[in-house]
Amino acid sequence: MTKFMLNGQDVRSILKANERLLDVLRNEFGISGVKCGCKEGECGACSVILDGRLVNSCMVAVGSIEGSTVITIEGYRETERFAVLDKAYASVSAVQCGFCIPGMVLASECILIKNPNPTEADIRDGISGNLCRCTGYNAIVKAIGIAAKEGEGLW
Amino acid sequence: METISKSVKKKDHESKVSGRALYVDDHIMDDMLYGRLLHSVKAKARLVNIILPELSEGYFIVDKNDVTGLNRVHIVLDDTPVYAEDTVEYIGEPILMVVGPNFKEVERILNEIVVVYEEQDPLLDMRKSDTAFFNYNYEKGDIEKALQEADRVFIETFQTGYQEQAYIETQGMIAYPHDGRMTVRGSMQCPYYVLGAVSKALGYNDQDVQIIQDVTGGGFGGKEAFPSILACQIAVAAKKANKPVKVIFDRREDMEFTSKRHPSISTYKVAIKDNEITGMDIDVIFNSGAYTTLSSVVLQRGLICASGAYRIDNLRVAGRAVKTNTVPCGAYRGFGAPQTFFAVEMVMDHVAKEMGLDSLELKEKYMVKQGDATSTSGEYHFHVPLPEMIQQINELTDYRAKRKLYKNQTGRYRKGIGMSMFFHGCGFTGSGERDHIKAVAKLRKNADDTVDILASNTDMGQGLKTTFCKIVADTLGILYDQVSYNNPDTDRVPDSGPTVASRSVMIVGELLKRAAERLKQEWKTGEEQVSEEHFVEPDFVIPFSIEEFKGDAYPTYSWSVNAIEVEVDTLTATTKILGAWGIFDVGVPIDTNIILGQMQGGFLQGIGYASMEQMDYNDQGRIRNNSLSDYSIPTAVDVPNLVTKIMNNPYTHGPYGAKGAGELPLVGAAPAYVEAMENALGVNLTKAPFTTEDTMKALLGVLK
Repeated sequence: MTKFMLNGQDVRSILKANERLLDVLRNEFGISGVKCGCKEGECGACSVILDGRLVNSCMVAVGSIEGSTVITIEGYRETERFAVLDKAYASVSAVQCGFCIPGMVLASECILIKNPNPTEADIRDGISGNLCRCTGYNAIVKAIGIAAKEGEGLW
Repeated sequence: METISKSVKKKDHESKVSGRALYVDDHIMDDMLYGRLLHSVKAKARLVNIILPELSEGYFIVDKNDVTGLNRVHIVLDDTPVYAEDTVEYIGEPILMVVGPNFKEVERILNEIVVVYEEQDPLLDMRKSDTAFFNYNYEKGDIEKALQEADRVFIETFQTGYQEQAYIETQGMIAYPHDGRMTVRGSMQCPYYVLGAVSKALGYNDQDVQIIQDVTGGGFGGKEAFPSILACQIAVAAKKANKPVKVIFDRREDMEFTSKRHPSISTYKVAIKDNEITGMDIDVIFNSGAYTTLSSVVLQRGLICASGAYRIDNLRVAGRAVKTNTVPCGAYRGFGAPQTFFAVEMVMDHVAKEMGLDSLELKEKYMVKQGDATSTSGEYHFHVPLPEMIQQINELTDYRAKRKLYKNQTGRYRKGIGMSMFFHGCGFTGSGERDHIKAVAKLRKNADDTVDILASNTDMGQGLKTTFCKIVADTLGILYDQVSYNNPDTDRVPDSGPTVASRSVMIVGELLKRAAERLKQEWKTGEEQVSEEHFVEPDFVIPFSIEEFKGDAYPTYSWSVNAIEVEVDTLTATTKILGAWGIFDVGVPIDTNIILGQMQGGFLQGIGYASMEQMDYNDQGRIRNNSLSDYSIPTAVDVPNLVTKIMNNPYTHGPYGAKGAGELPLVGAAPAYVEAMENALGVNLTKAPFTTEDTMKALLGVLK
């Protein structure tokens, strides 16, 4: 059994310690905003924020996160910062098929928390582990830049 | 900018950005079973025996014997088996499905199945295949005379490789039987294609099958025909189980065993007399793989584009889509055109060098204009904006000066710049819209004066929910929020055709506009009303005959010019893309942000195809690059300076002047990139992708 905090709530997973966090979140806790794109740490669709760091949840064994804090899009979408990112993404139509987007939004948070005034290069670097096949990334990069400006003080 | 082009918040933005959108894998039904396919591990073999482990209760096997209808998937032809019969024709061919309530147990059973194969020699080299699934030839002028009278004939062969769609959501579906019917839902581009296939495989009437598109995580052509195959397999399983069955492909399964862009080999003979190009004799081979799927239509488009955006009066084009014992290829954004545009652009570069010209000078001399004949003796009925595009690219990049500057470089870092010019024929090839698709679209006005769009086209990210609603709302003069477009369900919507060929906005959008115009005239506040429209071919079109390969293959064309600038590190053979510029004419954008998103995404996919997306099979016929680790697609840091510009060139017969958009931006990236590499390296290149390994090989010659 593994105890951790999921989107602000104490939870316990009864699955084996070697289960992927991705599968635990989707199958045990019904967290469908965490997407499975490759199960080998390449695409970033399953990104979550683990103790303040962006990780691929398919590469994390649930047994290793005892006592940790996990934030998925389900928790993050309730925040003020999400509202700023949401608006910024909408303003440039940065969402196409949407499959990478929950991970991309969490990556955006991790860029801005580290550096509230990122350069374009910082932003590109910060989402370089999250693959998007639709947008060519320009709109997403732009959206994060807009959020950095509009959300002054929030990050 | 036209009013309609002003961007709005996308209809699907909220549900997707918040993670609330449910894709097929997010649906869990009561009593649902999980299925996994057993794929052939041999490229060509007879199935001698299949030894099954003991199956625990509730687990079972589904194979060809369970197919109650025809054991063939209806695509264009009906040659793809739902489940393998006595033989397998490629590595990955589905033999059976293991189905049961626990996914891990399903996997355990799958791993314990032993298949006894009697191996045969697979045919892997497309040049050696003597089975041409499809074979087309066409001519204009007198090519024999041009070749005979030429001062010289320039001959060169070009190759392009696979490209994998790499949508981030893999293929997946759920089928469930109910009330004597079968419903299949999931990730797909073309619900009515799936319906036709499933009813045939089950032996059902069409009205006993229902297909529902779920939110779809990217398609790019990869979800045009392949979902028909998977849907048949799952529907057969669900019928046998009499329970819902879900199958979601894992990434490696998806990359290795689903359709991708056809590899090609094209040989060009260019007749030159008095420093003029007097003819082209072109031979094209596409590797179809083991079954036909969409190869006929992909090949047609490829052949129509074989002489590029140039006026070649004496022309012969011959092409074959051949069988090999490899994964069946299919649709991918561009649909045959990226292969031949690569070849023709490169041959023009090389012929120019032979003549002592820069490639752009030669291309400008032969570039088509309004009123010119197309390759198939149709006509370019509308303005061709290539000259303005070239000028704009030159202003953006200082192209002409850089081409000269980058000649004869020495030193470790060498720069290069290249350009391509190309079109994309909008809509189905030939008479497809008129004779096969016959699209129908409907509007339903509700008593509360909201309007529902009823059509079978799918939003897979390209923004169709938004653009369709904008067209209808603006035409009716009502609010955008009053119009909705839900995911197609074949029980509810008419067949407005598949979501392919850059046709949705131009063809179906125009039907919706007409339906809205009529509804506006008949509008009765507070009443329920319906308005329906059927496709009518525009009267200016010169009818296309597939037998003669003659006429207007497309009513109109979208146009583009690309330039790409690179810097090669001759020590490490790595290449940095300094800039990528694309000017695109897709008619009037129905939404500027959406069109920019399409252009940027497509252009970057094209740059991937040009530079890094390498996929090939080994001498056993097994694809080795079957993961996102071994098959790299561009990340956010690969092309930081990607610039796209829209050129407004309204089309008289599209809604608000719109024409086809989605595929165009992928088509010309490869020749622009490879020409830039030539410029940097000072050698002629003939293949795409042109990867770091290729650069290293080329440098061995350059630096010696």
